[in-house]
Amino acid sequence: MATAVDGTDATGTLQSAFDTAVAAEERIEPRDWMPDAYRATLVRQIAQHAHSEIIGMQPEANWITRAPSLRRKAILMAKVQDEAGHGLYLYSAAETLGTSRDELLDKLHSGRQKYSSIFNYPTLTWADVGAIGWLVDGAAITNQVPLCRCSYGPYARAMVRICKEESFHQRQGYELLLALSRGTQAQHAMAQDAVDRWWWPSLMMFGPPDDESAHSAQSMAWKIKRHSNDELRQRFVDICVPQAASLGLTLPDPDLRWNEERGHHDFGPIDWAEFKEILKGNGPCNEQRITQRRRAHDEGAWVREAAAAHAAKHAGPSTGPSAEPSTGPSAGPLHEGRAA
Amino acid sequence: MALGDDALVLSHRLGEWAGHAPVLEEEVALANIALDLLGQARVLLSTVGDEDELAYLREERAFRNLQLVEQPNGDFAHTIARQLYFSTYQHLLYGQLAAGDSTFAPLAGKAVKEVAYHQDHARQWTLRLGDGTQESHARMQRAVDALWRFTGEMFQPLPGLDVNGQDLHTRWTATITAVLQEATLTVPDGPHSGAWSAGAGRQGLHTEPFGRMLAEMQHLHRSHPGATW
Repeated sequence: MATAVDGTDATGTLQSAFDTAVAAEERIEPRDWMPDAYRATLVRQIAQHAHSEIIGMQPEANWITRAPSLRRKAILMAKVQDEAGHGLYLYSAAETLGTSRDELLDKLHSGRQKYSSIFNYPTLTWADVGAIGWLVDGAAITNQVPLCRCSYGPYARAMVRICKEESFHQRQGYELLLALSRGTQAQHAMAQDAVDRWWWPSLMMFGPPDDESAHSAQSMAWKIKRHSNDELRQRFVDICVPQAASLGLTLPDPDLRWNEERGHHDFGPIDWAEFKEILKGNGPCNEQRITQRRRAHDEGAWVREAAAAHAAKHAGPSTGPSAEPSTGPSAGPLHEGRAA
Repeated sequence: MALGDDALVLSHRLGEWAGHAPVLEEEVALANIALDLLGQARVLLSTVGDEDELAYLREERAFRNLQLVEQPNGDFAHTIARQLYFSTYQHLLYGQLAAGDSTFAPLAGKAVKEVAYHQDHARQWTLRLGDGTQESHARMQRAVDALWRFTGEMFQPLPGLDVNGQDLHTRWTATITAVLQEATLTVPDGPHSGAWSAGAGRQGLHTEPFGRMLAEMQHLHRSHPGATW
């Protein structure tokens, strides 16, 4: 069929233009042609990232009302607020790929899309707030700084803004633990206990080992990902060891030692069975986290309906939905943008 | 101290919303307002003594906040009604203080800008909920009615502060009336003299939920006497 052949040729041209752009480290933008699988991978990854920011508010918000000083309370509130803001940036970035926040939230609520496994652990003490800042945000930054150079423009730009705030949070978490570590015996013990509980889950944040990571090779070829899971995990361990020492805290790994030959720290085996259980929904807080998120959404439905009804009542005749298609340039032909 | 307690207690209540708001934009907005209020509380309490000692080591009879701000969040409409009543009061009060020459003038001048934003936020939501759906209208009316009786306290004289309570009352009522009417709501006509009597919160007489709020807020700090955080 002639049309099919033509279509294939056109796609071939678009594909090679895309490949050339990626190879040249150019940014792919929303209106550029991109392979369907590239689009799908990005939607999955950005959505999961956005969901993690939103679910990630819960373990920390758990301590807002109990923060032990007004200064710490203000810092924690600002942090949780930043996380909501990060969620908003990321949903916007995902929306440039042709999905919507509502659709993504629906997938989160129905369990069809995931969020980071780390947020299925409970915050049992105040020190957990510090451990999350130091270790969890630290791991997130190690993962996310390379994403600032990700091939998809809107995601890369969101990451630049997010990483700035994240590194601030991480320093605050470290400083919180330092205050505890240098405080009373009970405070020091609280800090050590938190680090003991959060260390291994933080290492799991880098994902499965390279030989078991399904999407890694393709994501690296597309320059969405810049380094392998194991590479980033190693980088994180190397950063944390001296930081733990200056905190006056230990890391709960008897196999952890400097390897002169490799120029890296060796560390013990990760309990991947636990990781898989959590991903399956069997972690300590999976049920609680998603239930709270669904409840906030469901109980807020009447508020969102009211806002929509109010907006509709007070919208001028020219701003109705029928006026929308003519206002945006988004209806341009497929060939526009990068491939043109 | 009374003004610091108002800001501290309301900030705490708004902090309880984190992770529970109806839309993400409201997670940001409510946290933002909570942070502004906490900032005000810290400045105000620091003028009296050590902010943490005052926040964490006083018992409920020693708190001087309005009963209005200690009321539980309830549904979103209750939170908005509380916010509308309080931010309108705070805006007028800080406006007066900013124009005066007391030691509070510089602080009030700064805070009044934040509070203008809080008031606008509460007003916008009152309009959306009041003039939204049938359900939101009913909920907003219930909230406005339920919290009305706590509003009289705001116009009692504050010891040590030169505030024209009569002027405050007149202007507050005019503003609230205009917003509620625009939101198609009925202005409550019940007494607004407080749960016990006007000025009860300012005398350390609080409502029952307040003790539980303080228990949660103070528990960790009190569990580690003398510790620094």
